[in-house]
Amino acid sequence: MRLDVKKTYKLFIGGAFPRSESGRTYELKNKKGEFIANPALASRKDLRDAVVAAKSATTQWSSATAFNRGQILYRIAEMLESRSAQFIEEIVAQDGTSQSIARQEVAESIDLWVWYAGWCDKISTAAGGINPIAGPYYNFTIPEALGVVGVIAEEKPALLSLVRALAPVIASGNTAVVIASESRPLTSITLAEVLATSDLPAGVINILTGKKSELIPWLSSHMEVDGIDISGADPKTDAEIKISGSDNLKRIHRFDKEVSPNRILAFMEYKTVWHPIGI
Amino acid sequence: MVNEIFEYAPAPESRSIVKIEKEYGHYIAGKFVAPHSKKRFATINPATEEVLSKVAHGDATDIDKAVKAARSAFVKSWSKTKPKERAKYLFRIARILQERAREFAVLEALDNGKPIRETRDIDIPLAAAHFFYHAGWADKLEYAGLGQSPKPYGVVGQIIPWNFPLLMLSWKVAPALATGNTVVLKPAETTPLTALLFAQVCEQAGLPAGVVNIVTGDGKTGAALVNHPDIDKVAFTGSTEVGKLIAKSIAGRGIPATLELGGKGANIVFADAPIDEAVEGIINGIFFNQGHVCCAGSRLLLQESIADDFLGKLQDRMKKIRVGDPLDKNTDLGAINSGAQLAKIKELSQSGSSEGADIWSAPCELPKKGFWFPPTIFTGVTQAHRIAREEIFGPVLSVLTFRTPQEAMEKANNTPFGLSAGIWTEKGSKILWAAQQLKAGVIWANTFNKFDPASPFGGYKESGWGREGGRHGLAAYLKGSN
Amino acid sequence: MVDLTTLEGADTPGKIRSLAAKAVRPDPTDSTVPHVGAICVYNDMVKIARTHLDQIGGVDIPVAAVATAFPSGRASIAVKLRDTQDAIDAGASEIDMVIDRGAFLAGQLGEVFSEIKAIKEVCADKAHLKVILETGELATYDNVRKASYLAMLAGADFIKTSTGKISPAATPSVVLVMLEAVRDFHKLTGKQIGVKPAGGIRTTKDAIKQLVLVNETAGPEWLTPELFRIGASALLNDLLLQRMKLKSGHYSSTNYVTVD
Repeated sequence: MRLDVKKTYKLFIGGAFPRSESGRTYELKNKKGEFIANPALASRKDLRDAVVAAKSATTQWSSATAFNRGQILYRIAEMLESRSAQFIEEIVAQDGTSQSIARQEVAESIDLWVWYAGWCDKISTAAGGINPIAGPYYNFTIPEALGVVGVIAEEKPALLSLVRALAPVIASGNTAVVIASESRPLTSITLAEVLATSDLPAGVINILTGKKSELIPWLSSHMEVDGIDISGADPKTDAEIKISGSDNLKRIHRFDKEVSPNRILAFMEYKTVWHPIGI
Repeated sequence: MVNEIFEYAPAPESRSIVKIEKEYGHYIAGKFVAPHSKKRFATINPATEEVLSKVAHGDATDIDKAVKAARSAFVKSWSKTKPKERAKYLFRIARILQERAREFAVLEALDNGKPIRETRDIDIPLAAAHFFYHAGWADKLEYAGLGQSPKPYGVVGQIIPWNFPLLMLSWKVAPALATGNTVVLKPAETTPLTALLFAQVCEQAGLPAGVVNIVTGDGKTGAALVNHPDIDKVAFTGSTEVGKLIAKSIAGRGIPATLELGGKGANIVFADAPIDEAVEGIINGIFFNQGHVCCAGSRLLLQESIADDFLGKLQDRMKKIRVGDPLDKNTDLGAINSGAQLAKIKELSQSGSSEGADIWSAPCELPKKGFWFPPTIFTGVTQAHRIAREEIFGPVLSVLTFRTPQEAMEKANNTPFGLSAGIWTEKGSKILWAAQQLKAGVIWANTFNKFDPASPFGGYKESGWGREGGRHGLAAYLKGSN
Repeated sequence: MVDLTTLEGADTPGKIRSLAAKAVRPDPTDSTVPHVGAICVYNDMVKIARTHLDQIGGVDIPVAAVATAFPSGRASIAVKLRDTQDAIDAGASEIDMVIDRGAFLAGQLGEVFSEIKAIKEVCADKAHLKVILETGELATYDNVRKASYLAMLAGADFIKTSTGKISPAATPSVVLVMLEAVRDFHKLTGKQIGVKPAGGIRTTKDAIKQLVLVNETAGPEWLTPELFRIGASALLNDLLLQRMKLKSGHYSSTNYVTVD
């Protein structure tokens, strides 16, 4: 009987896969109570490092053309598709669901990722425009990326909830720090493997597995973070998160499984420019 | 171009990457079929006059077969295909075009005569980008500002020109398919090969049979398509003359058309323009693609106070243009697409000289075989000259001067065309003022000949109807929006 | 056309001697390889360089010295003049000076101009003067063009892109702007000023791109060491490797070129 080589699930920061600087892990068991893996238990320092990586990636990512971002997101979808079997296997192991339900979730996730990939080079057209002000001035409004956005992933579904939150955040040129599902962390790290092979620049997406209650306060108070998607946080802690985030007026939003360009625009800023017309 | 110190070695791109069949049929309902009339005609390499292949001549029966196939595909499969699946077909097509980009670039250069650098760096990447961009719209039409659930027309008849064969194919096919229409496409008579190779891409992408149909032929084939009673819409890029004929033939039939026709673009250089950049912009504006460009900057409107200096720099720059083998990566200016087009260019140039303008051509060695014309400028041109009013569609620039910005606007707008214009000045407010005055659908400021699938393209007045690209271009293929 | 360069704080007499040897005989296995255009060193290394070159058959190879508080240019004019004089006294026949970028960016163009003029006077007929603009710090193409004109009007024999100590250095677009300035200056005054891109030109391909730029912009007359140089160190070995490939038909290896 052949022994398989088990995977080590580490963090994804700055395009690399480090262990937690704290050296901690936690035990992940399946529904039957059997051991699956020891994913990393990230610390505040890992989160600190993730924000540094995300910040240093913002210039390159936001100044890439929308077309380029769209192509990279589409490439991620190509990689997701080619690894669907792996995702399905992990969802089944973590969730205890059937193959067919897992397959459906993976298909939906890939299609959703493709949908957002197609938004990259259209969001400015949909949300920007020329403003007809009453004077000889050319005036246009253009949406721009915010910067570093935190994403607190919902506990489930393992892949779809990640895709729902992450794709719209980065489509516009933001970079992301993800706090993954505690109960289903493996999917987020397998997603990280996909990201690492998709021409996505290092640091655009960073993924931390660990305890949400430990990491969220450090994310919500970090002054270098510009926005947070709190859809995956315990709603009872929303007020607390918003109070903590108010020191630098973070743009904090909760979405209820919403799928729309509003999720892209929620983490963008509108810039309006005037220029006189005349010789 | 004799330079003893530093002669560039030839840098030929290999032809071996592309396989050209000895002959082709029409691509109808997912298969290549022989022409009904059994007639085929040759397509040649205009740089050498070598016969590349023989393609089918489409008659009314072939057109009818194709329209029926498109209708059947629309009714039975394409209109039932979920928008997000339509999107994925188009993404596949975009990616395959990117994979096979070099193959297409070489084929396009062979069939059209334009340089490999242009097909490789501009035509093919833009064509792929067009499919990529429109793929993303397929399942987002409710966000295009064209209604809550806009509907496709059905079967669209599309006729494309010879100057950017694959790119024009993408400008037509991508939005049509993204919005849910099916297509019968008639490529230009002298440049059918990349369209026929594109049929392979449709196969590789698994596109359902009949969604895209390609019927090759000549003007009669195109007329048969336009006049077919079961098409729901016409899209045409070509000469203004034929555009008007099409407008006449669809009148009263209740079907719309988008027409992308000719131009006589004014490239306006003000005295405060960045001079070296403006020189490059003028050169690009008229010599890119041998001047076979509807939006070419074929009239240079030069502010009189800088005219002499500027013309000197222009001529010096023209002397550096390398004319020759399109497959050589050093080549800047390729062959004229056909003997017929070369004759037109020569005739109009003749008129320029005989009407009193001063001609100057860059000294260069033209190959013995093939169709060639040197980069040429006419100075002392006025609006009264034929070469200032008629589209030459070749590497010939007509130079006029102006005294004031207002005069520049008057001269620029003094034409039945209205496709493009260029504005060269460092002063921002002047750019915006001029852009406001100019009656042109595409205005380039301190740049020229820039295209993007997200940027709507099309003309005012006799340069046509409708736009291609951007969300505005989607309107052409959705009912109720135009 | 290569100015073989070493400009390190850690330069020693030994390092200079081995640079000089390489300058004279770039490829020890192939004596048909010509010597380099010049060697470029700090001014206190000039004497060693000159002496050694003369001893090993490199009499034809000029020694270029960087001067005027290279690379920063932050020192008094007295120091800069002295710096230049020392280099010439030690045997440098080419001076690569830096302009005062601080003064330029502060709008004190007159000061920039008079400094170049003063250094040129020290050079007189003993050394040709290259003026380094440090295009990376000038930041815009308009500034590069302006500085090019300033340098040429003040008496530069060559305008040079960079010190090689910062990035970006000799990008094709910056070199194009300088070549256009040189071309226009020639048209206006009849004087031919040389151009030296330095920094970031590491491969033969990079170098060929520069040659094409010169050929197409200033013209074939500039394709001579009198009017065109490339400041480089790693480039030389790549040129040798490409030369070997042309001769042998296969790719070579760094084992077959020397470290200097």
